[in-house]
Formats: sequence, C-alpha cells, structure tokens
Amino acid sequence: MSVVAVEDLALRFGTRTLFEGLSFELRAGELLAVLGPNGTGKTSLIRIMLGLLTPSAGRVAIEGCPPRERCHRIGYVPQQRVFDRDLPLRGRDLVRLGLDGHRWGFGRLGEGDGERVDAALEEVGATGYADAPVGLLSGGEQQRLRVAQAIVADPVLILADEPLLSLDLAHQRDVVDLLDGRRRAAGTPVVFVTHDINPVLRSVDRVLYLAPDGWAIGTPDEVLTSETLSDLYETEVDVLRVRGRVIVVGTPDDQHVHHVGDEHTQ
Amino acid sequence: MFTQLLAQHFVHTALWAGAVVAVVSGVIGVFVVTRGMSFAVHAISELGFTGAAGALVVGLDPVIGVLGGSLLVGLVLGLLSLRGRERDSAIGAVLAFGLGIGVLFLSLYQGYATEATNLLFGSIVGVSDAQLRTLAIVGAIVLAGVAVLYRPLLFSSVDPEIAAARGVPLRALSVGIFLLLALTTAEAIQVVGVLLVLTLVITPAAAAQHLTRRPGVALLLSVAIALVSTEGGILLSLVKPWPTSFFITTISFTAYLGARAYGIGLKPRLRPAGATGRGLRGAGA
Repeated sequence: MSVVAVEDLALRFGTRTLFEGLSFELRAGELLAVLGPNGTGKTSLIRIMLGLLTPSAGRVAIEGCPPRERCHRIGYVPQQRVFDRDLPLRGRDLVRLGLDGHRWGFGRLGEGDGERVDAALEEVGATGYADAPVGLLSGGEQQRLRVAQAIVADPVLILADEPLLSLDLAHQRDVVDLLDGRRRAAGTPVVFVTHDINPVLRSVDRVLYLAPDGWAIGTPDEVLTSETLSDLYETEVDVLRVRGRVIVVGTPDDQHVHHVGDEHTQ
Repeated sequence: MFTQLLAQHFVHTALWAGAVVAVVSGVIGVFVVTRGMSFAVHAISELGFTGAAGALVVGLDPVIGVLGGSLLVGLVLGLLSLRGRERDSAIGAVLAFGLGIGVLFLSLYQGYATEATNLLFGSIVGVSDAQLRTLAIVGAIVLAGVAVLYRPLLFSSVDPEIAAARGVPLRALSVGIFLLLALTTAEAIQVVGVLLVLTLVITPAAAAQHLTRRPGVALLLSVAIALVSTEGGILLSLVKPWPTSFFITTISFTAYLGARAYGIGLKPRLRPAGATGRGLRGAGA
C-alpha cells in the first residue's frame, strides 16, 4: 500500500514553473532521493508535503490525508544549523521536543514518553552525550539528535532536506545509515533531498530528478543515465560511473562538476 | 534606622512590587535571551517612555501611557517577525523616531520634571497600593500567558524551521511573546525605569544561561537572580540613600559576572570526553 500519493502536482511562482504534472507514489519502507540543481523546487516539494506551502495544482495525500490537516506525524530533518553555544538545552531536551514541542502548556510527558526519548537516543547512538548541552556538540552529533527528534514520535513518513550539508564524509554516511536502518526496521518511507546522490547511492530505491524543464523518476539506473539527463536538460549531458560513484558532467549549471571537485579537495 | 524603615508600609509595598516585577522579568527574560531580542526590549521600554510622556501631556496616568506605548511597539515588532540584521535596523529606526516624539512630549509637559526622571530611572518606593494591585494583575496575565505558550515557545526559539514543520504557528507566537514582553517591560519600568529595564529582563536570564544546561532550571535561576537583585537593591537603598536602581543593577551585574566565570569552568565538564563515541570521527575531518 502506498503511504504517500502525489498526483499531478504543479508549482508556479508568477510566470515561472518549477514543476508540473508531478505524480508518484511512495510505498512503505521506500527511500526516494530528490535530486536536481538549485531552484527546481526540491525544498518546495518538501514544504508542500509538510503542509507549509500550497501547490499551484494537484494534490498530495499522506495515508489518504492532505498534509495541511496534519493527521499523521511526519519526521523532518533539515540542514544542519549550528546551535548557540550558550543555549541551555540538552540533547535529551531537543529530542523530547519531537514528542511534545507543539503542545500548549508546559508539556507533560505521557506514559512511556521518557522511554521513547531514551529509545530514540539509543537508536541513533547518542546516549553518551544525551545530557550534554547541544551547543557544545559537533555538527555530526547535532544531526544525529535531529534524526532522533524526527523518529521519536514514530512518524509515518520522514522528510530530510539536505541533511548532509556541511557534514564530513564519515558523518554523512552515519546519517544515511540511520535513516536507512529506520526505514528497513520500521517501514517508514524516507524522502531525501540532496544535490549529491553519492552518499545515498547504496541505500536509495528510486530517484526523482527535478530539472529546470522537466522531471524524471525511477531507479538510479533508469534516471541517472546520459540519455535521461540529456533529455531533461535538452543538451548533451554525460553521466559517468567511476568507482561506484556517479558523476554528472555537462549540465548547464555545471553544479555537479564543481561539487565533485570540492569533495576531492577535502 | 534600617529596622524603623523596614516597618514602614511603603517599604513593604516596594518589596512586594519588586518581587512581582522580578518574577515576571526573570521568566520572560529566558525567552528574550534565547530568541536574541535584547535590542527589542530596549526599544519597547524607550517607547514606553514616549507613551508615558504623552500621557503626562494630556493629563493621564503615566502608567497607562507606558502600557500603551510598549504594547503598540510590541505588537508591531511581533507582527513584522523579522530576523537578524533586518530586525536590528528596523528596531533602531522605530526607536529613534519614537524617542524623538518623547522629547517633544516632554517639552510640552508643564509639570514637575521629577515625574520624567522617575520614568527614566525608576521610583520603586513611590509605588502605591493601587499600583501594586495593577502590577500583580498584569504580572499574573504574563505568567499565565507564558504557561500556555511555554512548550511551543521553547520549540520555536530553539528550532523555528522544525517547529513550523510540526504546525507550530510561528507568527502568532512571535506576536504573543512580544506582547508579553511589552507587558513585562511596562512593569519593570515602574521599578527600575526605562533606561534600566535590561537589568531585570536581560541580565538575570543571561547569567542563568551560564549556570545550567536544562531549560527549566535556567528559568528558575533567572527568576532567583532577578529576585535577589531587586529585593537586595531595595533593602540596600534603605541602608545607604543611593538610588535603588544603582543597587539593583550592581547586584544583577555581579551575578552575571559570577555566572560567566562559573560557566568558563563548567563547559569542559559538560562536554563529555569522547562524546562522539563509536569511532565516528570523520576520516577527513
């Protein structure tokens, strides 16, 4: 059964069309990577699925319910954003906000909520620094806590928007493995927005590629080919596979080439 | 002399008024500091002064003017819900213009200049029973407001993006916190004056941040520091006839310095050794 149904979705800002006719379904346990250059609506798609942005046309249903009605819990992992060093907040407190942060009042922990926080911390391997102030933790540690916060309420869907930005390669792998483990163990589908497919390539089931003038969805082997991308960009694009990595060369923005270059210098 | 003064009714009233204002300021200060709204506090209090000066000109109770001025600015800043530099410059522009109007009102006001001085630097010993009652009612409103908003306010202060994704109404909360802050400021003005509001709304909360890593404890410590500063300041001014506001600011600033010094020693201990664990240090890092 599909958890997410996206039907004929379109998004326009003024005269600019980011995407249109976008349709796909997500099954339980599926990991979908959303790829593409800047400004093609990757983050907007996430915001539509979160109920924060209204599409110009079409609809999204999460277990049959429009996102705006918030019938179901959705886990959200954004880009890493550094916390103030002085912030009086422990890792444990941050994770707990995932359970009751939206409730009015002082927030009471229900029965078993304390255990759920502990279990989420354990699942992401953050138990050792659960009582440290978040502002003193490294970027990788903070991002693990955000994953714990996203999964603590047992969401029906996890949306991750560039969660690997400004993490080093080892921590990128950790975050991907955590989300991968979650969807395998709990069957929670994951939508993973990224500008670089390589950190998620091993785990991903399907790829949604948003290009300036169209989109394509399918397995990495179907979408990440010279033919498909050349079609999408309406120019000659080469997709190379080098030592298990995907390198895209010749897109008009040349973003992927630069990115690969950056990685090698790190 | 000191014991004689302690038996005076006006001293009791002052101590109670100080306690109310300290509790409310200590509580709201925690959110003000976490959200980086210190400059907004300053703006709201200065425009509270403009409101008071306006009230004096037309013959109203200056307290009403203070409330009106702070609430108006609080509402505007809350609705704008700006961030970062844009917020700073917008506040600066509004603040300067508002003070300009305040200066005009003062020049139009024909009464005693002490009224204006009291507004600027506080006059805790002049609080009447009726004013104390108003302080208590407004204080109760602020505390009730914080109690209702506490959890989403904490969430949106820490992580606005995720809070929004979970359906927390950011703009409504922003208006809410600014209005509560405006009420708090209007209260604090009556104790320490327009120019020294920061000593109760910012300093205790900023000090508390350095003493603990737990949000609830930070709130309690902030209230405690505000209480000690206010009550201590009032009592000291009975011993030595210097301005109460001087003593209050001195105590709260001392607490702040002490907390910072303590925090420097605390940090390394809060950060557990090898917290990264599991050999996860990045290869390239």
